[in-house]
Amino acid sequence: MEDIKKLEEFQAKIDADVKIEPKDWMPEEYRKHLQRQISQHAHSEVIGMQPEGNWISRAPSLRAKVVLLAKIQDEAGHGQYLYSAAETLGKSRDEYIEELQTEKAKYSSIFNYPTLTWADMGAVGWLVDGAAIVNQVSLQRTSYGPYSRAMVRICKEESFHQRQGYEIMAHMAKGTPEQKAMAQDALNRFWWPSIMMFGPHDADSPNTGNAVKWRIKRETNDELRQKFIDKTVGQAEVIGLTIPDPDLKWNEAKGCYDYGKINWDEFWNVVKGNGPCNKQRLKHHIKAHKNGEWVRKAALAYAAKQKEKQLVA
Amino acid sequence: MTTKEALINYCLRIGDTSLILGQRMSEWCSNGPILEEDIAMTNIALDHIGQARTMLTYAGELEGKGRTEDDFAYKRHEREYYNSLLSERPNGHFGDTVARNFLQSAYFYHLYSALSSSKDNMIAAHAAKSLKEVTYHLRHSAEWVVRLGDGTEESKEKIQTSFDEIWEYTGDLFEMNEVDDVLIKEGIAINQTEIKAKWDKTVDEVLVRAKLQRPKDAYMHSGRLNAIHSEYLGHLLAEMQFLPRAYPDAKW
Repeated sequence: MEDIKKLEEFQAKIDADVKIEPKDWMPEEYRKHLQRQISQHAHSEVIGMQPEGNWISRAPSLRAKVVLLAKIQDEAGHGQYLYSAAETLGKSRDEYIEELQTEKAKYSSIFNYPTLTWADMGAVGWLVDGAAIVNQVSLQRTSYGPYSRAMVRICKEESFHQRQGYEIMAHMAKGTPEQKAMAQDALNRFWWPSIMMFGPHDADSPNTGNAVKWRIKRETNDELRQKFIDKTVGQAEVIGLTIPDPDLKWNEAKGCYDYGKINWDEFWNVVKGNGPCNKQRLKHHIKAHKNGEWVRKAALAYAAKQKEKQLVA
Repeated sequence: MTTKEALINYCLRIGDTSLILGQRMSEWCSNGPILEEDIAMTNIALDHIGQARTMLTYAGELEGKGRTEDDFAYKRHEREYYNSLLSERPNGHFGDTVARNFLQSAYFYHLYSALSSSKDNMIAAHAAKSLKEVTYHLRHSAEWVVRLGDGTEESKEKIQTSFDEIWEYTGDLFEMNEVDDVLIKEGIAINQTEIKAKWDKTVDEVLVRAKLQRPKDAYMHSGRLNAIHSEYLGHLLAEMQFLPRAYPDAKW
């Protein structure tokens, strides 16, 4: 009885756009949904460091190297605030990391694609961060306070990343024929995976129902995907690159672009672990974590000794 | 040797050491023992590459042949690089990196403290700005030396071995040649023996706090002044310079 009353109060707060804070009562399903979503988001930031990290040592100018390093450092910082936001839901960062490493938690499938050429640094920034921003702008209004505030901060940096990525693409598209070919090839490889980042079509999306009711998600997968496509098509035209979708055309009546059929078999294959880099990404994460174990132990042992000294003194 | 020639070489010594150490530190990205260390190490990489850019750009201006920071970074080969032997040592495990960075950062800290009053305005300004950054690098690496030295048995053994193994590359930091003679006379550079005395003090203090043994000074490798390096540098440069070398007509 009391739970029903609490649930009603909770829903009333959500409907009135009052943020839910860590100490507030919340239905267990809401908590679980957020734990899953925020930790998945944090893991994505952290795993996302790998495909871009792949090019730091080979960045073609010192300026490009600094920009890329700063960007990846921002991603690590985003991972850090997102883990903190996720920890407010009563699970530690270590527990979340264990879920990632034991494949109980997922991260964005886009990072299971390899970065093969320097132009991929452009494509990742422009398309992957571009898609992420559309989603994150919407999440700034999400109902859970700590997640919403993390998103406000992250969005500021992401829009900067997207411009950097676009700058690399624009630069290469007007460079030598080889550079232009590299840029087009990167767009060809990253376009479809980027629009798949928004997840399955609304009709096939099992998690959308409650997430919308609880205002965790403010817009549906298809709405967000459409926004991304509509803003990106023009950007490609400006720099003379072609989006690899022959069915892409402006629909005057709907006021947006129609696009071709998405290959969901590929999407589910990558989600299930068969993408080009799934195993590599996870292995890398586990290896770094394992290699650092003695360092973390030493830091804890040192801190314990210091504490003991203070107590004695 | 003219003052200008000497100064160009001096800028390359500082700039190359910063660049190579920055490149090494950037290899840690996504490999750190905790996320916070990934952030700290990329931060240090960023500082070093930033310092390198200033010094390489200045070398180009002094030379007056239109060479840019990227021309220096990407179009010189192993035998034209003047970085310290210490900076090019591979990262190894976290303790190896900490030991290397600590020894190099202690050097930079005292070098930049002294060069802040260089008679060359550009060097003085660069030193003053970089001093703030290397003060943090020194603190960061020294804190880790202490934590690892006074942490667990395993960490103590590991970091002690790291120091023992890398020690023979520290002598190279303090060697001098005609370049130093010319610049010291002009009040532009500092006598390396002065830096060495201060460096010794800093290193000793931290090793004592960390309960570690200072390795004995035995044979010291040298090479920096004559651009003679270990085999590691060639691989580092091959990777770093790949794109501009493969596509010489492209602008990035």
